[in-house]
Amino acid sequence: MPAQSIWTLLSWGPDGWSDDIAYGVIVTVLLALATLPIGLTIGFFIALGKQSEEPSLRLAANIYTTVFRGLPELVTLFLFFFGMPILLQHLIRYFRPDATIDVNSFVAGMIVLALIFSSYASEVFLSAFRAIPKGQYEGGYAIGLSYAQTMRLVILPQLLRIAFPGLENCWLSLLKDTSLVSVVGLAETLRNAGVAARVTKHSFLFYGVAALVFLALAIVSSFATSAILRSLGKREAQR
Amino acid sequence: MSATAILVERPPPRARGWPRGRIVGYALVCFWIAFGLGIVAYLFFAWNAPFFAKYAPAYLRGLGVTLSLVAISMVLGAVLSLPVAYGRMSRNRILSGLAYCYVYFFRGTPLLVQTFLVYYGLGSFRPQLQMIGLWDFFKDAFNCGVFAFALNTAAYQAEILRGAIESVHKGQWEGAASLGLHKLQTLRKIILPQALIVALRPYGNELILMVKASAIVAIITVYDLMGNAKLAFANSFDIQAYIWVALVYLVMVELLRHAIEWIERRITIHLKR
Repeated sequence: MPAQSIWTLLSWGPDGWSDDIAYGVIVTVLLALATLPIGLTIGFFIALGKQSEEPSLRLAANIYTTVFRGLPELVTLFLFFFGMPILLQHLIRYFRPDATIDVNSFVAGMIVLALIFSSYASEVFLSAFRAIPKGQYEGGYAIGLSYAQTMRLVILPQLLRIAFPGLENCWLSLLKDTSLVSVVGLAETLRNAGVAARVTKHSFLFYGVAALVFLALAIVSSFATSAILRSLGKREAQR
Repeated sequence: MSATAILVERPPPRARGWPRGRIVGYALVCFWIAFGLGIVAYLFFAWNAPFFAKYAPAYLRGLGVTLSLVAISMVLGAVLSLPVAYGRMSRNRILSGLAYCYVYFFRGTPLLVQTFLVYYGLGSFRPQLQMIGLWDFFKDAFNCGVFAFALNTAAYQAEILRGAIESVHKGQWEGAASLGLHKLQTLRKIILPQALIVALRPYGNELILMVKASAIVAIITVYDLMGNAKLAFANSFDIQAYIWVALVYLVMVELLRHAIEWIERRITIHLKR
């Protein structure tokens, strides 16, 4: 291989790898963004379960967080990625004996990251729930709102504001955890950087680029979250 | 008498029967029980004596590797975190800027990327490393893992230490200074005992995170617990390889969590009212 300069390697096009890495960045961001709403929803309901008066609900929710916060992310991912096809195969064999199942690594990553994200987010939601005084619920009931209406109109807006800094941390670790999905073959930032590193033998360069990409994503999301926080604060001030 | 009896608000009657929450709760608990029983039943019926005889010793060795990796990098990280925390709290602009960049880099990038950067990336500098005699160290995947993990946890531990020291009220420093203690004495005898109580829980969380994150080194060919599970799965295509390893990690993390809670209860006894 002729000696190529770093700038050729990093250029856009057939000789360079920037386009591959940029494609990987899009996959990374899409994976994180696709996981976020699922994880937030599950996390919210887990937190509801944890602060419920019903012991069985609390128990079920606590088992959920214990399991998914106790398992290493990588183990959860491998269990799901390799275990799910086997399980589904067993189930489907009753209907179609010759069907084979492949789990898409994007979907597997999304589900696993949502499980992990939701178990951390539920703790954040739970402490936010505890920060809301009981009078807020009582006030909601007193003006004739139902439980669901009180939740939606009174509690949730306050809850999100209190939980926001904690959720921002969860988001940042979600962004970092997406790199793990490269291990099961999803062509995201780290995977594409690794391919580039192996082909060109410039490992430090390309893994360094991957690190800078993640750093840039973290910086961008901290700008975005501070903008959101400012607008939340503005609305608070208007009241 | 009767007037007060009316005024006293009675507690609401206990929910009886089957309200919706209870139905959902029982269903979910039943689901978890079924899930647990399913795994136990699977492990029972898939019981494979040769598999166990072949891989159980490997798992034990892997557990040793995992624990030593975590222990070494935690201790090295603690040592390394001292100058970083000092830099973060220093008034010197350059020093605090450098420490801030260090912390930001290691907290802002995934540990997997950092590990790859050390294990594969430093290979790019092989001639230079050979020249200064460090290549033998970085040739070994385990050493690379320890190096990356120690740098990573140092950044987190520096933040924990800084937060804990800053949580101690400023009056404590002033009081000590007025008693004529110098800075190091103050730190050792007055600030740290109070700060470490605050820091215990974050340190414990960091330890648990490290135990979980240590599974990553399996990808750079270290045969730790996860690495052995990967090997066992690659050889046998038996999913119980991962189920066993998941159980071991789960037990390890739960033991650590309860131990930390116990220690915290013990050392905060004097704060209970």
